[in-house]
Amino acid sequence: MTQLLSPAPSARERGTAAKPADATNTVLLAATIVFLLAASLCVYTAILLVSAAKPGLWTAVLAAVALLLILLGLATAIPLVRGYRAARAGAAALASGDVVSGRRLRFRGANSAWITLGSSLPVSIVSVFVLFLLANNHAVQSTFFDVSFMAKSLGAVSKAFTVNIIIAVIAEVFVLVFGLVIAIARMAPGQAGRPIRWLATTYVDVFRAVPSIIVIYLVGFGLPLANVPILSGMSPMWAAIFALTLTYSAYVAEVYRAGISSIHWSQVSAARSLGLSHGKTLRFVIIPQAFRRVSPPLLNDFIGLQKDTALVTIIGTVDAFTQAKTYASNYFNLSSVTVVAILFILITIPQTRFVDRLLERDEKKQRLQG
Amino acid sequence: MPFLELNNVVKSYGENTVLRGIDLHVDKHEVVCLIGASGCGKSTLLRCVNALESINDGDIRLEDDVVSGEGVDVNALRRKVGIVFQSFNLFPHMSVLGNVTLSPIRVLGVSRADAEEQALALLKRVGLDHKAGAFPDQLSGGQQQRVAIVRALAMNPDVLLLDEITSALDPELVAEVLNIVRDLANDGLTILMATHEMSFAREVSSRVAFLHEGQVLEIGPPEQIFGNPAQERTKEFLKKIIEAGRL
Ligand SMILES: Nc1ncnc2c1ncn2[C@@H]1O[C@H](COP(=O)(O)OP(=O)(O)O)[C@@H](O)[C@H]1O
Ligand SMILES: [Mg+2]
Repeated sequence: MTQLLSPAPSARERGTAAKPADATNTVLLAATIVFLLAASLCVYTAILLVSAAKPGLWTAVLAAVALLLILLGLATAIPLVRGYRAARAGAAALASGDVVSGRRLRFRGANSAWITLGSSLPVSIVSVFVLFLLANNHAVQSTFFDVSFMAKSLGAVSKAFTVNIIIAVIAEVFVLVFGLVIAIARMAPGQAGRPIRWLATTYVDVFRAVPSIIVIYLVGFGLPLANVPILSGMSPMWAAIFALTLTYSAYVAEVYRAGISSIHWSQVSAARSLGLSHGKTLRFVIIPQAFRRVSPPLLNDFIGLQKDTALVTIIGTVDAFTQAKTYASNYFNLSSVTVVAILFILITIPQTRFVDRLLERDEKKQRLQG
Repeated sequence: MPFLELNNVVKSYGENTVLRGIDLHVDKHEVVCLIGASGCGKSTLLRCVNALESINDGDIRLEDDVVSGEGVDVNALRRKVGIVFQSFNLFPHMSVLGNVTLSPIRVLGVSRADAEEQALALLKRVGLDHKAGAFPDQLSGGQQQRVAIVRALAMNPDVLLLDEITSALDPELVAEVLNIVRDLANDGLTILMATHEMSFAREVSSRVAFLHEGQVLEIGPPEQIFGNPAQERTKEFLKKIIEAGRL
């Protein structure tokens, strides 16, 4: 008993204090090497950048970029320094016999080293990307990122981009409704519902199989060619909306169906037992619950739809991509197309972040409910 | 003439015959308890009465009108027969008031104002009028089950089916739910309930039916079933219940 209580430090304990048996030193060493590599890459890139600049306003801008690059590279040293300091303090604490705070400090030191390692990678990638732009006497940069040409095309391209937005928004509204109709048809009850279920399933199979560019092509050129009444008179923009609605309703119907079948059958029992019919059960109990669950995958499909609006260029709708291509072929420079890409990025990123937020919220809710 | 009759009701799920010729008569204002081992078919029986399951043979009658089989207006039947489930099954996207008023408004065509007034009166009766605006996930199990009972009562059913409504509750919440059932029984509501609460069954029921392997093996007043059961199986079952300290 007394033996157990007496705090006499054993030889082993003292041994540990003298020679820390953890990986902190190794990690610090690795972080130092990687930092040196990344920082020199940054500096090298910055020097190239400044020397490639033609005199004028651009020198100032490029110098600023170069400076930023150097700062980024050097900033990764901050956690490294902190790491060395903590590790040294930790070693000192261990030597003086304070095992707990020694261990804690050395852990902090290793952690800081990992931060340096982690941030060196993106910094290096940025440098490599800049080097890529500068390659071949900065041909890459002037082909894809000719800033003055981008500025020149920006006006016309973004004006044409409203066509993409209009097509996307109108198609999305149609898809929301038509997709639900198909999903409900796929779940038509009973024997009488079988042909309807079959029809809806065929629709979904077909339109998920056919690439949307082909649907757009067939609708845009085929309907006028076949002189289909009413439909053949559609403008290319409406043809695009029609085609995208056909394709994406099939996807969204599947999303709805997954959402609806994820609602526990006991909810149907409860609703039916209260005298609600099949239709009213769907309308008041099942679909409202399903709607909440499907919003993330629904938004994902909508992002896909928005991107596919660029395909309408093949039927002669003057959208942002068509407009940018005109510029590109007139000036032998693709930077106007880069502008379109950037516009798509700008509208898509907020939506993807929003989806992430929704998913996070659902996850939290589910964790709360156990 | 009995109010609710099950005559030789047979129900199978594929190969598995769950109800093997159930005969059961419930008079108006009677409280009949179904007891029996788990899996003997209590829930299935109740779901058949409510037409949530179709039956394979026999018939079910309500006030001498056949309510099973083809051509029956199941929605009309369900207006007269309420059911409360073990797992509450409240609609999570609706407030308590929304849950209770949904079917009076959408099925009976009651105006929203009237439905809400009636709902609040019923909620008050079970001590939950202050939770009218709450959502199911903000309520305890006992409170959720009380709301589920009120939701069934809002349709003014002639008979109430209760399927082990306290089995999913923590022990300290059981009483608040059973008190409501006791009140309803005292008011003369016709009740058919599956339960494992033997002392409650003994107290409130007019008759107790012991189900075994899909048949009513023995039925009679609670004193007889609990005090002097005729069947060996019933004795065995009750012995196990007593051993578990549930009687
Ligand atoms: N939907 C179903 N499909 C197939 N078998 C079922 C279904 N529901 C219940 N059963 C079976 O019927 C039997 C009786 O179940 P149940 O009525 O729930 O019993 P109890 O409520 O008395 O515990 C069980 O063997 C169960 O496996
Ligand atoms: Mg059961």
